[in-house]
Amino acid sequence: MSSAQATKNCITLKGSAQIIVEYLKYGIHSILFQRGIYPAENFDSTQQYGLTILMSKDPKITTFLQNVLSQTEEWLSKNMINKISMVITNAHSKEVLECWDFKMQAENGDNQAADPSQRTSSKDQTRIQNEIRDVMRQISATVSYLPLLDCICTFDVMIHTLDNTELPAKWDETGAIVIQNAQAVQLRSFSTGLHKVETVVNYKMST
Amino acid sequence: MSQFNFVSDLQNALIMDGETRGPAPRWKKKMEASLNGSQNTTRSVLSVSYNTSFSGVQAPTKTPGKSSEGKTKKSTTTPTKTPGGGDRFIPNRAATNFELAHFLVNKDSGEKSDEENDKATTSNTNTNSNETNVQASAHKGERQKLISEVAQVAGDSKGGRILCYQNKAPAAPESHTNPLKVVYSIKTPISTKSGSRYIPTTSERILDAPDFINDYYLNLMDWSGDNIVAVALGSCVYLWNAASGNIEQLTEFEEGDYAGSLSWIQEGQILAIGNSTGAVELWDCSKVKRLRVMDGHSARVGSLAWNSFLVSSGSRDGTIIHHDVRSREHKISSLAGHSQEVCGLKWSTDFKYLASGGNDNLVNVWSLAGSGVGTASEALHKFNEHQAAVRALAWCPWQPSTLASGGGTADRCIKFWNVNNGSLIKSVDSKSQVCSLLFSRHYKELISAHGFANNQLTIWKYPTMVKQADLTGHTSRVLQMAMSPDGSTVISAGADETLRLWNCFAPDPLAAKKSASVNSKAKQSVFRQSIR
Repeated sequence: MSSAQATKNCITLKGSAQIIVEYLKYGIHSILFQRGIYPAENFDSTQQYGLTILMSKDPKITTFLQNVLSQTEEWLSKNMINKISMVITNAHSKEVLECWDFKMQAENGDNQAADPSQRTSSKDQTRIQNEIRDVMRQISATVSYLPLLDCICTFDVMIHTLDNTELPAKWDETGAIVIQNAQAVQLRSFSTGLHKVETVVNYKMST
Repeated sequence: MSQFNFVSDLQNALIMDGETRGPAPRWKKKMEASLNGSQNTTRSVLSVSYNTSFSGVQAPTKTPGKSSEGKTKKSTTTPTKTPGGGDRFIPNRAATNFELAHFLVNKDSGEKSDEENDKATTSNTNTNSNETNVQASAHKGERQKLISEVAQVAGDSKGGRILCYQNKAPAAPESHTNPLKVVYSIKTPISTKSGSRYIPTTSERILDAPDFINDYYLNLMDWSGDNIVAVALGSCVYLWNAASGNIEQLTEFEEGDYAGSLSWIQEGQILAIGNSTGAVELWDCSKVKRLRVMDGHSARVGSLAWNSFLVSSGSRDGTIIHHDVRSREHKISSLAGHSQEVCGLKWSTDFKYLASGGNDNLVNVWSLAGSGVGTASEALHKFNEHQAAVRALAWCPWQPSTLASGGGTADRCIKFWNVNNGSLIKSVDSKSQVCSLLFSRHYKELISAHGFANNQLTIWKYPTMVKQADLTGHTSRVLQMAMSPDGSTVISAGADETLRLWNCFAPDPLAAKKSASVNSKAKQSVFRQSIR
């Protein structure tokens, strides 16, 4: 009885990676919609975190994110990711206009086991969801101060990993991106007990 | 030698001003504060951007009204949470590593100032203060650049690899405009008064059009930008000058042949005529002279559409051909998207898409080819929702991706399409065959031409599709409509062999009055001036 109770509120590293990847999925879709990067009619609304979130219907976008995020989940469950950047570029001039950083920080959890895969967190699921909801709310509110993306845009997801990461098939290594005259705004952070995720938006100041 | 000392002193003073003058830099304060054991300063609120200098009054680091015990508890979970639970977005520099950045800046600037001191002492003996100012300001610019560089480097200095997936996400479609633009553009709010306006429901003028061919699949009238209406009557093509009322016969076809479609070039006096033998003729109407004949179709040409030097023709054989009117080899490409006669053809208002409607009940949308000339050989969208031939096509002037199409007797629907994603926006049953559609340029309205039972023209509000007015008068079905170059008048050609002019989109009388009063004021002032 008591053991059943204990496992119920337990988050493993894998579960933590799952929660974060789910947040990334909804976050990126929400950014794509809120920033008006793709036509609004290509989005469907779903309910998540107690919010209505618009998800892209474009099969190319969904498969791209599916591929990227499944790999991300694998790396996250091994604590190999420092940061995930969603980069918005002008499709014609390739200039970087905006960069959403999701910074990952490993946390110890309750039992500071030496083997990270044995660590667990007893943080309440609903509390995590509420924290994520607050960040999602902030993402949709960023429209009020971010500059208008008045051009055809595209986006990419860059994963900042550890040095010893092996390059999987169909993946490339790229350089760091630079935004000219950048301004950074940090949104709220949330934590699963095993990962802490900070969301920062860097954008080009319109002169 | 004392002057050298003075110069170097001066320079040092100028160089160092970023650090020594004004309040102590924030990183220093932060360090001191953390030494003092205060924990609030980690959430310091900054109101300066990267590129402004460090001077500036430091904002209070703690918002009152929250006990520090509560915060220390929470800071383990969400340290960046704004006090009071509000959502405030303040650009901050928590993302940058100040200690490292400061180290990098100082290291570089230290080396440089040494170099420059050397230069100043060795090369120039009579340096005046002017020159040092220039140097100092140049140094300042460099320094700012350095700071911004370092700030960014310091943020990402963890090392490691940056990986990305090879198959990138697609860019948005070319015709997409950011819907947020509305938020940024300043516009007077839409007036709250009812949308109804006075629309004269009788025709302003009626012209006889004897022998006008009653054929649903032909397009026998067009109104040019130079205010000339071209109309085919029987085997002849006539030009009616709407300004002067002059009538001129352009050409007469041989016995049994006739014009199947007429279309004016966007600007100028070139008229394209598609004839019953399958050729497209170009006429210069100012000289009443035929310029060239472009063949290619095996059956009559019932629809034409211009796109600058390109004329697209749709034929009874089901093909659409793009002709480049400038070159000897005029045929650019042939599109085989319809299995039956092509009776509707329109380029979008931004000339990125071509819409075609056929007797096979299809509406095809073709996107501009990669080369910029003609269209791709495969249709971008095939809309098969209409239940009858589609002849009426119109592109919305204020939403370039919106296409309106109207079906024939068996269908009677006006449908609106979004060509970005190929979805049906709206469908309205008009209760009568739709022969022609036009969007107004002055109002968010469109006009449709109908046949049995009332042979009326209907004005609809868009996008609500509320019926605004029925313009009746024709005694047989209305086959074709064209709009005057000023957008105020619509001409309709009916199977009752009349052309009727409707002044249904005249600009708002209130707006007209306003501009008139401005004019009269201007006149008055001129008058006064002349007296003086």
